[in-house]
Amino acid sequence: MSESLLKVRDLKIGATVYPPGEKPHDIEIVHGVSFDLEKGKVLGLIGESGAGKSTIGLASMAYGRGGVEITGGEVWVNGRDILKTPLQDVRSLRGGEVTYVSQSAAASFNPAKKIMDQVIEASVRHGKFSRKDAEARAIELFARLGLPDPETIGNRYPHQVSGGQLQRCMTALALCPEPDLVVFDEPTTALDVTTQIEVLMAIKEAIRDTGVAALYITHDLAVVAQVSDDILVLKMGDMVEYGSVDQIINAPREEYTRALVSVRSIDHKEKEPTSEPVLKVENITARYRGTNFDVLHDVNVELHPGQTLAVVGESGSGKSTLARVITGLLPPKEGSIHFAGRDLSAALGGRSREDLRELQMIYQMADVAMNPRQTVGTIIGRPLEFYFGLRGAQKRKRIVELLDEIEMGIEFIDRYPAELSGGQKQRVCIARALAAKPKMIICDEVTSALDPLVADGILKLLLNLQKIEDVAYLFITHDLATVKAIADSIAVMYQGEVVRYGGKTEVLSPPFDDYTDLLLSSVPEMKLGWLEEVIANRKMESAGN
Amino acid sequence: MIKNMPVSAMVGLFFMALYFLMAIFAPLLAPYGMAESVGDVWEPASAEHWLGTDNIGRDLLTRMIYGGRTTIFIATVATILSFVTGSVLGFLAAVVGGWVDQALSRFVDLLMSIPSLIFALVILSVMPVTVPVLIVVMGLLDSTRVYRLARAVAVDINVMDYVEAAKLRGEGRRWIIFREILPNALSPLVAEMGLRFIFMVLFVSTLSFLGLGVQPPQADWGGIVKENKDGIVYGIGAALYPAVAIATLAISVNLVADWVLNRTTSLKGGRG
Repeated sequence: MSESLLKVRDLKIGATVYPPGEKPHDIEIVHGVSFDLEKGKVLGLIGESGAGKSTIGLASMAYGRGGVEITGGEVWVNGRDILKTPLQDVRSLRGGEVTYVSQSAAASFNPAKKIMDQVIEASVRHGKFSRKDAEARAIELFARLGLPDPETIGNRYPHQVSGGQLQRCMTALALCPEPDLVVFDEPTTALDVTTQIEVLMAIKEAIRDTGVAALYITHDLAVVAQVSDDILVLKMGDMVEYGSVDQIINAPREEYTRALVSVRSIDHKEKEPTSEPVLKVENITARYRGTNFDVLHDVNVELHPGQTLAVVGESGSGKSTLARVITGLLPPKEGSIHFAGRDLSAALGGRSREDLRELQMIYQMADVAMNPRQTVGTIIGRPLEFYFGLRGAQKRKRIVELLDEIEMGIEFIDRYPAELSGGQKQRVCIARALAAKPKMIICDEVTSALDPLVADGILKLLLNLQKIEDVAYLFITHDLATVKAIADSIAVMYQGEVVRYGGKTEVLSPPFDDYTDLLLSSVPEMKLGWLEEVIANRKMESAGN
Repeated sequence: MIKNMPVSAMVGLFFMALYFLMAIFAPLLAPYGMAESVGDVWEPASAEHWLGTDNIGRDLLTRMIYGGRTTIFIATVATILSFVTGSVLGFLAAVVGGWVDQALSRFVDLLMSIPSLIFALVILSVMPVTVPVLIVVMGLLDSTRVYRLARAVAVDINVMDYVEAAKLRGEGRRWIIFREILPNALSPLVAEMGLRFIFMVLFVSTLSFLGLGVQPPQADWGGIVKENKDGIVYGIGAALYPAVAIATLAISVNLVADWVLNRTTSLKGGRG
């Protein structure tokens, strides 16, 4: 075995926590993690939020975020223990020998400086290259990462390139000083699926061509399977399983890894459309006030009682705008909406309380969808009080029933949202929507902010509730795996238009139009070599390019 | 809650409590009548007159206690008035938006463009100077500042999904303002309240010092400074007592407001 570039032994990391109502105290968040990384290899760190992935990634630069402290263990980089090295020497390591690519490129670039200046900054600062050589190297990296106009793109400001391009610029930034190790911290998570695979491919090729070693941090096993040689599965700061990609994907040993591999395996059979749709959207064209182009163009969809219509598309395709039109927040320029056999007023103000009650909404970010100063009981209880006039014991009884339906107990009734986990918050939002006994619920990206296993639980809950309450869902998402799991019919949106619409089986069977093909093929599959296969067969570039 | 209290807040709370209790129980605590002349002019401190006497021979301790009562009462009521008016209008402007927001905001800009002391002096020179008039003038002038803050905070909160959820539920403006926005806007407003209270104390003291505030023979701290300022030339410190009282009250209220702000932001479900 050749000498490891990065050797981590029994790494322990602590942090100070500030629980509400208690005194701050220290806890351990990473409990003795060990792994090796050889030159030119890629190790995937995978786990859900709170698993300690990013913390471990940063620890390999001997860095801890605010309140985080490395309490024990060894981190060897190029034959020296960087935890025992004086800060002076660690500085030359950071940004020189070891570099870092963060999740949000948009938040990491300085908006006031040109891209080129930021890409070469570390190389020049560490004396690796002269300014001229560094610029030449940056241009070469831009070309290798597939950026348009590599010669001149460096002269632009960060806001003048797309999100996917900026993420590639950041990769160029990390590779520019010829590091030995790059830490990729969820580099594609914030991108659209079709953009994600382009960035993924660029990163993979750049790693291969430069022979650099990489730590690749992500929560998406299918993504990590495409780029890594080895995978380390983490859960709550513990090592769960450590092995080659092939072994982890095809023969996982641990229960938790198996759960991660088999996530989104919900089997949902498409239902036949009924005679009378609960929602009928006809010829909707809409634009935002003060703009001069249509965000939605001639949209027609139908949703049948007790069924799910999935609206799929990338950011900017107009799917959330459609939800705003249906809820009345954005009155359309043209077109009409029929709901439960009656015409809905275009503006929110013109709708009856009955209209409002029967049409509920669940949001993407459960944290901001609930008033932080209200308890779970108040949040769920308000629709009961507002629509049905329930008070006192009657109201409480119904709240407990609803908590029961979302698989949470009575002990949650007096908690504040800050005291709930991400999945629990989303469940409370579901209960709030259900409390109104709606005919239809608009679910706006309800699972995208959640970890895969938690999201899976939410989807199962939604399907289950659909059976019990016979409620229809308009499910807005960019995630095709979710769509496959729960939809009865699908509308694919692209630049404000519905490009494909019909029953699930029909929409997901060939022949495809180009866009649907691109979208479908971009969903990472839990299969080795999938990435190369897809890139080779692509017909069109992503909208972000 | 008291256990984890920092020393600074404890000191602040002690002085604040001292002044407020003195204000409330003034008639019981004061050794003499408020306007009663009981000795010589500017007598030094003695067993009968702990702080000495003032420029026309009234007991200074008695004047200080009654003066505190007047000053604190006016400042408190004016602060409450400015907060109720300012925050309700500010929230309303943020929630309703459109021309209501424009009209209110531009009107507030107009008021704020005139220095409030000058504005107050102009109004008070044409109106009868009584305590209610004083309170209304001070409260309304100061509510422009509260309006600005409340509107800014509410505009931020108004775009949160939970407010949208309430609107989609069909909730009226009253619910949105008082149940969704107000609880989340409280911590910046409470901190501002401490600060505004201090400005009120300074404001009323300034007005009295200039002769357009509390009218004699009623005592108030600014007035006591005015009445005794000539003594300073002769080395008599009677004017310093009310000055020190104003300063310590200002500092202690700020210390307490700081602590309250720190506490409410880390409360259960608090917003960072």
